[in-house]
Amino acid sequence: MKDLEHVVIRFSGDSGDGMQLTGTQFSNTSAQMGNDLATFPDFPAEIRAPQGTVAGVSGFQIHFGAVEISTPGDEPDVLVAMNPAALKANISDVKKGGTIIVNEDAFTDLGFKKAGYESDPVPRLEKEYQLIRAKITSQTKEALKDLDLDSKSKARCKNFYALGMTYFMFSRDPSATLEWIQIKFGHHKILAEANALALKAGHNFADTLEVNGIACRIKPANIVAGTYRQISGNTALAWGFMYAAENSGRDLFLGSYPITPASDILHELARHKNFGVKTFQAEDEIAAMSSAVGAAYAGALALTTSSGPGIALKSEALNLAMMLELPLVVVDVQRGGPSTGLPTKTEQSDLNMALYGRNGESPIIVIAAKSPSDCFETAFEASRLAIEHMTPVMLLSDGYIANGSTPWKLPDLEKDFPKIKVNIAKPKDDFLPYARDPQTLVRDWAIPGTEKLMHRVGGLEKEENTGNVSYDPSNHEAMVSVREEKVTRVSNNIPDQTVEGDPQAKHCLVSWGGTYGSLRKAVESLNADGIPTAHIHLRYLNPLPKNLGELLRSFESITVCELNRGQLAGYLNSKFSLNVGQYNKVQGKPFKEREIYQLLETRI
Amino acid sequence: MTENPKLTKKSFMSDQEIKWCPGCGDYAILAATQSAMAKIGVPPHEVCVVSGIGCSSRFPYYVSTYGMHSIHGRAPAVASGVKLQNPDLSVWIITGDGDGLSIGGNHLAHILRRNLDVNIILFNNEIYGLTKGQYSPTSQPGTTTKSSPFGSFDRPFSPAKFALGSGASFFARTIDTDPKHMMEVFMKAAAHKGTSLIEVFQNCIIFNDGVHNDFTDRKIRDENTVRVTEGEPLIFGADKDKGLTLNGFDFETVAPDHKDLIVHDPSNKNLASLLCNLDGSNGPIPLGVIQQVEASIYEEELFSQIKAQKDQKGPGKMSELLMSGNTWEVN
Repeated sequence: MKDLEHVVIRFSGDSGDGMQLTGTQFSNTSAQMGNDLATFPDFPAEIRAPQGTVAGVSGFQIHFGAVEISTPGDEPDVLVAMNPAALKANISDVKKGGTIIVNEDAFTDLGFKKAGYESDPVPRLEKEYQLIRAKITSQTKEALKDLDLDSKSKARCKNFYALGMTYFMFSRDPSATLEWIQIKFGHHKILAEANALALKAGHNFADTLEVNGIACRIKPANIVAGTYRQISGNTALAWGFMYAAENSGRDLFLGSYPITPASDILHELARHKNFGVKTFQAEDEIAAMSSAVGAAYAGALALTTSSGPGIALKSEALNLAMMLELPLVVVDVQRGGPSTGLPTKTEQSDLNMALYGRNGESPIIVIAAKSPSDCFETAFEASRLAIEHMTPVMLLSDGYIANGSTPWKLPDLEKDFPKIKVNIAKPKDDFLPYARDPQTLVRDWAIPGTEKLMHRVGGLEKEENTGNVSYDPSNHEAMVSVREEKVTRVSNNIPDQTVEGDPQAKHCLVSWGGTYGSLRKAVESLNADGIPTAHIHLRYLNPLPKNLGELLRSFESITVCELNRGQLAGYLNSKFSLNVGQYNKVQGKPFKEREIYQLLETRI
Repeated sequence: MTENPKLTKKSFMSDQEIKWCPGCGDYAILAATQSAMAKIGVPPHEVCVVSGIGCSSRFPYYVSTYGMHSIHGRAPAVASGVKLQNPDLSVWIITGDGDGLSIGGNHLAHILRRNLDVNIILFNNEIYGLTKGQYSPTSQPGTTTKSSPFGSFDRPFSPAKFALGSGASFFARTIDTDPKHMMEVFMKAAAHKGTSLIEVFQNCIIFNDGVHNDFTDRKIRDENTVRVTEGEPLIFGADKDKGLTLNGFDFETVAPDHKDLIVHDPSNKNLASLLCNLDGSNGPIPLGVIQQVEASIYEEELFSQIKAQKDQKGPGKMSELLMSGNTWEVN
């Protein structure tokens, strides 16, 4: 049996075919077998587009290996196509020479027609790909023929048949999935039996295939010892905030309105009422943001979570929080824009909105998460900075890392995270709500319900110290400056920027947010192949790390890679008077390692 | 809430200069609110007043409690966050016909539906004051303003029906020319468990002077309004010489000794609904607590779920959550 270093597999079918579940099982099993991995689900915005059409195709990609894996992979080595539409939607991505498993039962004239094929596409693909035809639906039904189940329910087990086939091909141990089936369907024994039988039937069928080298092995990856779990970006964000609340001793409040791809953060936090988490599903995005402002005023670690169109609606209430100088975190899980754009696709085009999208001079902290598991740390960091600096923080995630998942080495919460410093005002007679710490310019958090601290806050310009309304021209200028300087001084409380790859290289790639994995892998390969390349990946976007300007100037040339038309590039140019190169992509898709690699390969 | 003898109206007066126009109805509402707060007895540090934008929304600056002058229309949402974070606070929302029914109509509807235990005072002067006099969603058709030089033709909102339609558990109405009635209504609102909405007919002396005169002018108001009190018959007129009975679905003005006078019952939603149809043209406008019904209270439901989950699962601990479910060891 041959050993492979890493493999990309994509399960694809109708949105009702259970592909997300199949992919999740495959990735959980691979993780437990010691592989490193990354996953990415790709599903349509419509819940159930017409069956069999390209619009209704739902996919789940897993990149797993015996080596370090940092992205869900560029091109699938293996595609499982449950119907012709799934083939049509994915074929252009599949690696030439790759393997395609087709469910022959769905490859009928009707299936071709629904998918928009004039004839059976399979024969035309045989030259370029290794095709495995399987009667997945009918074989599943056959395997379950003795069970007292209706035909439709039997056919519904076909995803486990497909999973069983891939388990054989990649020598996956099916026991974890069999256990999961027992837990999931335990109350419905016949369904548990049906799915288990389908899994085994698929496994056995693959064993009988006379295809050269179909079975292979992927050894465990050499990863740091510890306890691991799989985590998606959205879950990691939710947990990061929960931990920040526990760490700081504040209640966690989330005001949110459902929106793709951010809703899962609301769903996750709503589950954890035993942690005292309060979730408020507001009537709209504005109310969600406004309720967070109210909760922050009343002493909570307050959040709101949304995506681009929702963030646009929150702008005014977010600006109020900036003006009041209240701590809260706004999560923007970016998706393709503008307007409604591409709700289920990824993009990094909200950076300008995060930095500048409010009326008046309105600086806030902006930070970005780089991977699914990094979302935990970034959520904690956003909360820490909000509370320690009494200011709103915008946390940028994106659809790619929000829905993607990776194994996460569980941190030691006590040792790996600092204690958040909370400056709660204590009762005193001459209390001034806008008196500031001379070093940080941060005011104390005076929480309603506390004796002697009664004070009024508002969106009107206020007098320094007292907070009373003031229209005085020089006071306004002083207040604008102090709010700006307060956020600037946050740079004293964040780490210096580090450089990855070859720091001595002449050329440096700069990235931010969810593109980290692709850039990291590409830079690794470039350096390994004798093309020296440095890589700067930014978490802190406002304020920028203090050493960043100097660092950037130390390179002969810089290319800023981002999934937008050059928002970070323009920002860096204006901050540091640079003239950086750009590499941009706006296709609703993440960077491929390959394209970043080729970008530099062709330069040299 | 118990009476706190140390509290006076002055306990609720801030040191800020009040910047409403001389003669504005807002002064009387502010004074009545401060008097009511003193009688209600919640100490100032346990009170939070939240407003939106508009003339009325300057209110929090003038009350020496906690307070927030927030953004246009959003006070109910901000106040929801305050109340959910600290349910022990006595939360008051100050809004107007523009702030509460136009730009913030959505939030007002939803807070009434959720029924958080807060009090909302809606200053209705049927005009936009702070933006210098444009017609509002409660302006009568034909109102001539800068933005409607030939008369407005929007059909107006009835705040009362808006409230009832949104499921308000408490709706009352009062007038800015009767401080005692205002204070009594505010105290009843505070005593009610759930969202209390109080519509105050308020006079904008600059842009809509006298718009409510028929119902607020001391000389004629008793003829054109009926004070509704739980358990008492609907009798009105300066000399208490008129009563209300029902003829089909319509009110009919009859003698005060009529045998079928309607007795006010704020828990009767049908009666409240009929009372809200009275607009002055078809009978006297009702003042007082028009509807008061029991309904589940949002924050109580939230905290009881939190408690139930803590009882069932134990208080959550992050280090345990991280280790829960599918984890594996790498050696």
